Amino acid sequence: MTERHKINVSKLNLFYGDNHALHDIEMTIESNTIAALIGPSGCGKSTFLRTLNRMNDLIDGVRITGSVAVDGQNVYGPETDIVSLRKRVGMVFQRPNPFPMSIYDNIAYGPRIHGTKKKAVLDEIVERSLRQAALWDEVKDRLNKSALGLSGGQQQRLCIARLLAVEPDVLLMDEPTSALDPISTLKVEELTQTLKERYTIIIVTHNMQQAARISDVTSFFLNGYLVETDKTDKIFTNPNDQRTEDYITGRFG
Amino acid sequence: MNSYVDKLDEKSASGRAAWKPSRWMNMQNKADATMRYVFIISAALVAAVIFSIIVFVGMQGVKTFAGVSPWEFFFSTDWTPSAGKFGAFPFLFSTVVLTLLSVVFALPLALAGAIFTAKIAPNWMREILRPATDLFVGIPSVVYGLIGLTVIVPFIGKVVKGTGYGILPAAIILAIMIMPTILSISEDAIRSLPGRLEEASLALGATRWQTIWKVLLPAARPGILTAVILGMGRAMGETMAVFMVIGNSPQMPKSLISSTTVLTTAIVKDMGNTNYGSTWNNALFLMALLLLVISLLLILIIRVVARRSELK
Repeated sequence: MTERHKINVSKLNLFYGDNHALHDIEMTIESNTIAALIGPSGCGKSTFLRTLNRMNDLIDGVRITGSVAVDGQNVYGPETDIVSLRKRVGMVFQRPNPFPMSIYDNIAYGPRIHGTKKKAVLDEIVERSLRQAALWDEVKDRLNKSALGLSGGQQQRLCIARLLAVEPDVLLMDEPTSALDPISTLKVEELTQTLKERYTIIIVTHNMQQAARISDVTSFFLNGYLVETDKTDKIFTNPNDQRTEDYITGRFG
Repeated sequence: MNSYVDKLDEKSASGRAAWKPSRWMNMQNKADATMRYVFIISAALVAAVIFSIIVFVGMQGVKTFAGVSPWEFFFSTDWTPSAGKFGAFPFLFSTVVLTLLSVVFALPLALAGAIFTAKIAPNWMREILRPATDLFVGIPSVVYGLIGLTVIVPFIGKVVKGTGYGILPAAIILAIMIMPTILSISEDAIRSLPGRLEEASLALGATRWQTIWKVLLPAARPGILTAVILGMGRAMGETMAVFMVIGNSPQMPKSLISSTTVLTTAIVKDMGNTNYGSTWNNALFLMALLLLVISLLLILIIRVVARRSELK
């Protein structure tokens, strides 16, 4: 477990009751990179993503063995505080999920629950987060309107801004653009490129062009196994494993 | 002529003859038309019954003002029918106080129960709690009244050294009666929220309590409001249980534990003693009209609240 890896996963197994969903996953992810997880539906890539900030804890009957470390700290260690873990390892979901409140309150929600009360500080966080998510110019005149009035793409960027407001290190994105139109998708993809300078991003995607466009490394999952991880260029041009090649050339999945 | 399209045409032309309804279809069509009228008539009948109740109670009630001025009826505190004094203010006042107090008692418990059942209880416990809550709703109100009369009233009487009758025991009984209603509707409202709200909050590092208090409850507010209004309607209309514990003196309550009367119990108590058509009798009808109007207003508010939340 060397210090320079941002995330270090070893011998990770996950069971839903009797169903063995992830088999001996080994993976390391460096700081300030974008890692894409690809694979057919049900291959375990989303499940894997959710082990990184323990969102699987919400599901009954999940059992996990092995270890996941972020900055050398074991995520599943007995002394780990889930709340501080999730503050550091944040998540963007497949469908935009803004709270039914104003745009301002959506962004301020995170800082507020973590104890920031001063209006001036909150104002600054809201503006900075919205700017980082490239949404500020579109919403600055209606911060007090309901977030549910935004378009799908704007809502998703709002969710990213809401996440940035709690200043995590790692962003987990679970098919963040699958519910968006092409233009919104493009905006979110551009966003990931600027966010990469400050964050480590792990993105699950069904869209292989997307993985090829935005990621530095790509991991291919199949039936709960991690088939291979490599530089994105390598995976999409000359993968080591025949199954990876079959998948990316569209022979199955 | 032998192209596929021509054949198609022939087929449909010969088919058209078959479009004449058979005897069986004729019968079905007639049954269809008849059922339509049966439904329309039933719906109209229901509406007519409700409408005529309002009109009848209203007409009887308004006649009160031949014997008493509206000002006296609504604002005088003197209810002495034998002396021709018909001041219904104490009944109105006590009704409002009793209703609000019972909601104040019931709401915290009901909300806590709803949150527990919807979000915290393990599945097996929820399986027990939900039917148990429904069972509460089915208990006849006279049973609640009996318990109030034999347990709560003597207890309060002992503590405050008095009779123990009044708004306080009535509010406690009503709170117990309306709690399951508020609980189960609020629980539905909380459970029907999309799971993504909860996920979003937890993924930002919120605790379960923060998630419930700051995201789920505000999001479920329209449903909870509906639950409260339904509970209020039930509390306001409840007669028997209140009648048994409130003391039934036609006077302004001096405290929460002094005997008083609310609109419903005033009607029950006096209706048997009055002659149809007398001012006294009419005044009771007017009180019934008030109850009717208030509950209609409450229902109207529910509709507005529901529609507002749909727009979002």
